[in-house]
Amino acid sequence: MKPAPFKYIAATSLEQALALKAEHGDEAKFLAGGQSLIPAMNFRLARPAILIDINGIEALCGVRTSEATTRVGPLTRYRALQRDAAFVGLFPLIGEALPHIAHPQIRNRGTIGGNLSHADPASELPAIAVALRARLHVQSAKRARSVAAADFFVSALTTDLQPDEMLTEIELPLQSPRTGSCFMEVARRRGDFAIVGVAAQMTLDNHDACGDVRLSFCGVGETPVDASTAASILIGQSPTDDMLRDVAASVQTMIEPAGNVHATADYQRHVAGVLTERALRTAHQRAHDAR
Amino acid sequence: MHDDRHDITLTVNGVGYSRRVESRMLLSDFIRHDLALAGTHVGCEHGVCGACTVLLDGEPVRSCLMLAVQANNHAISTVEGLAGKDGAYHPLQQAMHDHHGLQCGYCTPGILMTMSAFLDENSSPDENEVREALSGNLCRCTGYQNIVDAVLTAAARMRG
Repeated sequence: MKPAPFKYIAATSLEQALALKAEHGDEAKFLAGGQSLIPAMNFRLARPAILIDINGIEALCGVRTSEATTRVGPLTRYRALQRDAAFVGLFPLIGEALPHIAHPQIRNRGTIGGNLSHADPASELPAIAVALRARLHVQSAKRARSVAAADFFVSALTTDLQPDEMLTEIELPLQSPRTGSCFMEVARRRGDFAIVGVAAQMTLDNHDACGDVRLSFCGVGETPVDASTAASILIGQSPTDDMLRDVAASVQTMIEPAGNVHATADYQRHVAGVLTERALRTAHQRAHDAR
Repeated sequence: MHDDRHDITLTVNGVGYSRRVESRMLLSDFIRHDLALAGTHVGCEHGVCGACTVLLDGEPVRSCLMLAVQANNHAISTVEGLAGKDGAYHPLQQAMHDHHGLQCGYCTPGILMTMSAFLDENSSPDENEVREALSGNLCRCTGYQNIVDAVLTAAARMRG
């Protein structure tokens, strides 16, 4: 259980890190929090020839909020976000999900950008990035571009990132007033990977009807699943229990969970339905209570 | 590439060390083998069990999920540094002793490091908060109840 040999380079600037990645491509891996990469290296499932440590690049850390958006540096650690009351106040959906992400020791090291780039389909943040309509900014030595979160996740552990690129910023649009959100998940133990996780967010219009609704899942597909279309029947309505049941039924036909050793696909589908109703009901109530 | 080595300087329990390490050396192995501080235990080596938890600049982290070279210029604390210089137990160690919070003891160093940092941050936790903080440390002997009791007792004693 030791990593295979590799060459270690501690990058001191983004430019240096990107130049190294451009030179070495898939042979090289960025090392951020290391909470997924190092276990994979310990198992020798990952055997990068070169490890580019980006932990020394201060510019990749931290949260900046302007009028319309909040920008999160990819090297920002889960724990830093948990401690950032202003950030959690702006994005309570993330605040509610953070305690579900692994354990305190992992959250002290694990980073937002590392999590999204790793793209584990059972992981919470990719589903939340989709629900919040995050834009993911990506850079290589040659160019910069941005991708909608919904287009970033290609399949299990695979993103739209090219071999020479790094996720350099996560841009979250600020939420309208009268927005409520809810994150819930079912896992076998606290901190385990989700059997099913759901992120729901609802914004009420001036007539107390649902003006916008977002719904996404982790753990039920190869990528986070954007099920917002299933919830779109709520738009213009004041959601009732019957409507929520209809949304849940439509989610259950829409998702294609694979099942695993802990849960059959049927059980995952059942849980997804139950969580859909609960999370949307809670998000609706919170939107109602929000000013 | 098979001999990619780096010079690192760090402190462990306040003592400065300078060593040359292979880049693939895990921090857990460095602490145990190079520094001969075998109090830090290694269980699963993939970040699940928590036995290898040490403090990095005061924060609990899994030393099996860090490279030794990453600890360059950082301060590490291990279980060897928990007791006072006179050998007196840390209040958490004393409470673990009093409540029979360990049986085989393999998970204990990781639990002591995790929970001592937790108590520094939260001096009057309730039982749920203790269990949540403990969630990243596996113990196969105790059933956790006595560990939870010990942490709550230590918290009360530390508040004075």
